[in-house]
Amino acid sequence: MGWIVFAIAAWGLGWGLNIWLARLPRNRATGLAVPVIFGLTLLLIWEGVVRGFGISPVLLPAPSAIAVRFAASTGILWEDFVQTVLKGALSGYVIGCGSAFVMAVIVDRFPFLQRGLLPVGNFVAALPIIGMAPILVMWFGFDWQSKAAVVVVMVFFPMLVNTVQGLQATDNMQRDLMRTYASGYWGTLRKLRLPAAMPFIFNGLKIGTTLALIGAIVAEFFGSPIRGMGFRISTSVGQLALDLVWAEIVVAAIVGSAFYGGVALLEKAVTFWHPSQRG
Amino acid sequence: MRKSVFPVLTVVAVLFVLWYVMAVVLNAPWAEDKAKRAGLELSFSELVADTWSQDKPKLPVPHQVAEEIWKTTALKKVSSKRSLVYHSGITLSSTLLGFALGTLLGIGLAVGIVYNRVMDMSVMPWVIASQTIPILAIAPMIIVVLNAIGISGLLPKAIISMYLSFFPVVVGMVKGLRSPGMMQLDQMKTWNASRGQEFWKLRLPSSMPYLFTSLKIAMAASLVGAIVGELPTGAIAGLGARLLAGSYYGQTIQIWSALIMAAALAAGLVALIGVIQRVSLKRMGMA
Repeated sequence: MGWIVFAIAAWGLGWGLNIWLARLPRNRATGLAVPVIFGLTLLLIWEGVVRGFGISPVLLPAPSAIAVRFAASTGILWEDFVQTVLKGALSGYVIGCGSAFVMAVIVDRFPFLQRGLLPVGNFVAALPIIGMAPILVMWFGFDWQSKAAVVVVMVFFPMLVNTVQGLQATDNMQRDLMRTYASGYWGTLRKLRLPAAMPFIFNGLKIGTTLALIGAIVAEFFGSPIRGMGFRISTSVGQLALDLVWAEIVVAAIVGSAFYGGVALLEKAVTFWHPSQRG
Repeated sequence: MRKSVFPVLTVVAVLFVLWYVMAVVLNAPWAEDKAKRAGLELSFSELVADTWSQDKPKLPVPHQVAEEIWKTTALKKVSSKRSLVYHSGITLSSTLLGFALGTLLGIGLAVGIVYNRVMDMSVMPWVIASQTIPILAIAPMIIVVLNAIGISGLLPKAIISMYLSFFPVVVGMVKGLRSPGMMQLDQMKTWNASRGQEFWKLRLPSSMPYLFTSLKIAMAASLVGAIVGELPTGAIAGLGARLLAGSYYGQTIQIWSALIMAAALAAGLVALIGVIQRVSLKRMGMA
């Protein structure tokens, strides 16, 4: 009973605090505090409800239990992180985005390819590409190479479409100006069109971050060596060790947010001139 | 539009040619191995013929996949467990349920975010953060846990679809509901419009183009969710189950046919939304 009261009290307190904060003039501190309080409140309610109603840890472990498990099994979590994120997702992300970028520059040179490849690329980008995972696992074996291949296929098309769009973002006036400077194709590409394409390219890169993690993890469901986040999740669910599953989810969430945040920070540094970054 | 038909067809044709060539390259070792054991020497044309007609090729060629799809759709009864139509139907139903739930949740959240400052400040960052979490990774857990408390069948898969599809709707609708400019909002005020009238007559109609764009993304995401949601249920039914069963038994042709079917489903659903978008925007006088 006490824990349910605790949950309700946490809910009331968090909500009240946020209403009060939202009335204050908006600045960085309140902008950061409100969502943090919201998240903390959710965690406290979760803890209170799980303890209050005595929910079995097989169904939903309490946040404190997850934290304990996280601290106890950092070794396993680190091993899985290296296997899935560093070897699978990151290498696939670099290869996929890199090759899509090169492809986009080539496509951009030939209007015929542009008109032909863009609709196909847009179509493919909407398909459930994750379904390629079992095929690629069959081709490249169980280890991280097949996971990287899945990631390559997943990030390729969003990146390609965005980059091609970005390379068309300059208008005729700007290109004419470059021509009056006697700038050739490569000069114009390097000094005008690539910088102008950066907001689009970063859009593709950001979409790719989440896809990369999803691809690497889901591909492990189709077969993997005895480590990796996807492997750990699917086997731990079978053993009803849900606290370990949640610990992996926490890792995935942290990695996903950090990956996305890192690319966003890089974007801020590279496209500082763009109106959306000047605030 | 017409200008791009020829280039698109060319690209598609090139892709098909590449597919056939790749099939020869990938399947050749197996064909040569078989020939060596039989003590035969394969000529090039025999090699090509063999690589295009293996039972469990590394890469089946398009006509093999087409044949398999024809066999499992048109020649099988719809209710049969071997019919691809049956499996597609199961995936389709959870996709649509998840899509409907996700759209409702997304629109609801968007209205809350636009009209409530506290929600805007506290929920919006979490909505964005929720998408950096690879939700698909915890699909097996959601299925197993919901199964344990007695919810099974369509709903668990639909919940995964919902989680994937609500995000584009929230983002698009928040943008759309905020798209009326100051001038238009002031005009509503001079007409003494209530908040409800402002919502129904100005904000909601002007958000429609944004909504349809988001719905297309949401539908594609919802299908991915449904397929992945079918993986951990022990491969019983659905396109995801066909993929998993195919990968267990090395039935590559079955995997590819399920994959093509999923692609066709995605294309069909997105095209359907496109048609609804065109018709309704035209009737609203926006396109």
